[in-house]
Amino acid sequence: MRELLTGNGAVAAAVRLCNVEYIPAYPITPQTEIIETLSRWISEKTMNARFVTYDSEHSMVTGAGAASLTGVRTFTATSSQGLLYAFEMLYNVAGWRAPIVLANVSRALAAPITLEPDHNDVLAARDSGFVQIHAETCQEVLDSVIMAYRIAEDDRVRLPVIVNLDGFYLSYTREPVDVPEGQEVSKFLPEYKPTFGYLNARNPVSMGVSVLDSSAYSYFKYQMHLASLNAMGVHDQVSAEFERIFGRKYDVTDEYMLDDADYVVVMTNSFATMGKSAITRLRTEGKKVGLLRIRMVRPFPKQAIAKKLAGKKGVAVIDQNISVGSGGILYPELAGALYHTEERPKVLISFVGGLGGKKISFSEFRHIVSTLEGAAREGTPQAQSVLLFTEDNWMKVREMLKIAGKGDVNG
Amino acid sequence: MASRYGTLRDIPLEEEVVPGTMLCAGCGGALLVRIFEKMLGPGAITINAAGCMSLLSVFPYTPFKSSWFYIAMASAPAAAQGVRDALDILIDRKRIEREDDLKVLVLTGDGAASGIGLQATSGAIHRGLDFYYLAYDNEGYSNTGFQASESSPFASSTKTTPPTDLAEGSILQKKDLFEIWRAHKPPYVATISPAYIGDMMHKIEKAGRMSGPKLFIAHSPCPPGWGIDSDKVIRIARLAVETGIWPLKEAINGEVTHTIIHKKRRPVEEYLGTQERFAHLFRPARNERIIRQMQQNTDDYWNAVLK
Repeated sequence: MRELLTGNGAVAAAVRLCNVEYIPAYPITPQTEIIETLSRWISEKTMNARFVTYDSEHSMVTGAGAASLTGVRTFTATSSQGLLYAFEMLYNVAGWRAPIVLANVSRALAAPITLEPDHNDVLAARDSGFVQIHAETCQEVLDSVIMAYRIAEDDRVRLPVIVNLDGFYLSYTREPVDVPEGQEVSKFLPEYKPTFGYLNARNPVSMGVSVLDSSAYSYFKYQMHLASLNAMGVHDQVSAEFERIFGRKYDVTDEYMLDDADYVVVMTNSFATMGKSAITRLRTEGKKVGLLRIRMVRPFPKQAIAKKLAGKKGVAVIDQNISVGSGGILYPELAGALYHTEERPKVLISFVGGLGGKKISFSEFRHIVSTLEGAAREGTPQAQSVLLFTEDNWMKVREMLKIAGKGDVNG
Repeated sequence: MASRYGTLRDIPLEEEVVPGTMLCAGCGGALLVRIFEKMLGPGAITINAAGCMSLLSVFPYTPFKSSWFYIAMASAPAAAQGVRDALDILIDRKRIEREDDLKVLVLTGDGAASGIGLQATSGAIHRGLDFYYLAYDNEGYSNTGFQASESSPFASSTKTTPPTDLAEGSILQKKDLFEIWRAHKPPYVATISPAYIGDMMHKIEKAGRMSGPKLFIAHSPCPPGWGIDSDKVIRIARLAVETGIWPLKEAINGEVTHTIIHKKRRPVEEYLGTQERFAHLFRPARNERIIRQMQQNTDDYWNAVLK
């Protein structure tokens, strides 16, 4: 059935379709609509699950992992400060190999505090062991949550999954979404029956024990890493099956006008829609440009990315995040993925934009592409990240500084 | 209701925690865990927050016959919530048998109980979670070498409250965890002591008939932290009760009853004098002011109780 759903509504719809049995919760903007929707359905008895509001995200993620290991399908959601508050437990539930799905509704991090999105929250969790799928549209949000349980619960993976959607741009934006039938989803996603780590009286088990031995520690961490790498192949299998049943196809990357493009912008999440729109317009101006969106951020699909970008003249990585003192977070990962390919692009430039939800305008995309063209022509390397900030942005800040009594600040 | 448990002879014979662990010789907490697990019997899950007891299970060994789940320091009660809720869901949906059900025990030290894990505990009690909580109170961060915790007593010496010419050790009073927990009005909260095993077993038995949070704070003499010999642990635990420093009590739905009352209490200095962590109150010179103040604090407590 086709419905107009917000990104948050799409998450909730997917969670109900997946027959999730347990939902530890804690409110935070812009995620809250997800847990409000789920709790309403549970109260109305249109969803059969247990909903518990915990005392914090740290407790919430702990409870989610513990319940998952005890044998129930578990979902939880958070944003931003909440994800960071739970940070210690992200590493723990991943180490416990608890196959929960967590929806993170991206929101920039304090300080200064704000509400709109960038990806410093979800990328802070990139080394935790969670598989990460970043969605561009409300449809992709719904589909990714359903696929996430298949990936998480696959014995070759057995890792928790974060499905990321941008606050405001997706969380509160209504789009037409195909909501599949429950029976179809049940065919795709069978009942959760864990084969290990299943806590009950007749089969005592020790979970989360200390190792205090570096060989054992390395062994378990390497296992997690290899399991995460397996998630790429598992994703492709799951995706093929998903396409067969539901007719929609997802790869670990998504591309737009990429094949014959000389210059490529690499993006993630909902801002890729702005990027695609700019690409369309630049094409009408005769620019051979395309876009590559990285959908699976962990495991990082190095080979897929290297293949897609082979032979391109220039690539711009637009990081909607900032590693203070380094620059864009995904840029060095792209560089690492491309380094060993014969046909690696000569020009690879880092751009930082979209922080705190700041839109990336067409003129900025045009600037990005002409920067690539210039660097390819002149062979001038660009070592530092380019920080996107327009004249309009500056005028706005200057106005606010003036109101704040700091009017003599110069540009 | 009559109790099956009165004296040491009534301790269940079956061991749930077998010998051979990395804990210190004479650990008061270890004895408490052993008895507590005997009382819970098979089919328990021990959910442990980072602390001394985390050294009980170290891969690939465990002394527990039943399940064990090590969590981070701040959120063992939250894990108990997740496990309990999941078991209830599985039983409701007939995915597991009733025999598969587990008694859920949270096991933490005083640092996790009084400090970093207090929020998670408050949440679990507030939600009426059906679980046991055993806080072994050795009055400091013993696992990291005995630094001051919020449960360290006034004037005690720890690695972070060293006595000097200007300071007599900790200048803060011990946090009253019993009263903090009791303010939530759980069905059961009690203090226990390894020197009063009968009292302890009776309390666990009584709590076992109740549903909801069943909370225990156990006095746990710590040989290396307190500077005492391993063979003096029980004697010192007994002195703590006989001097009135460690009151044995319970609160059912918030109503407090003292379960052991010594009409004639020993002077507190008999307890203080047994431990290196209070040695600065006696040597090189006797600190009359502090000793008198500690006696006064204890007397004030009991005068209010016995009024």
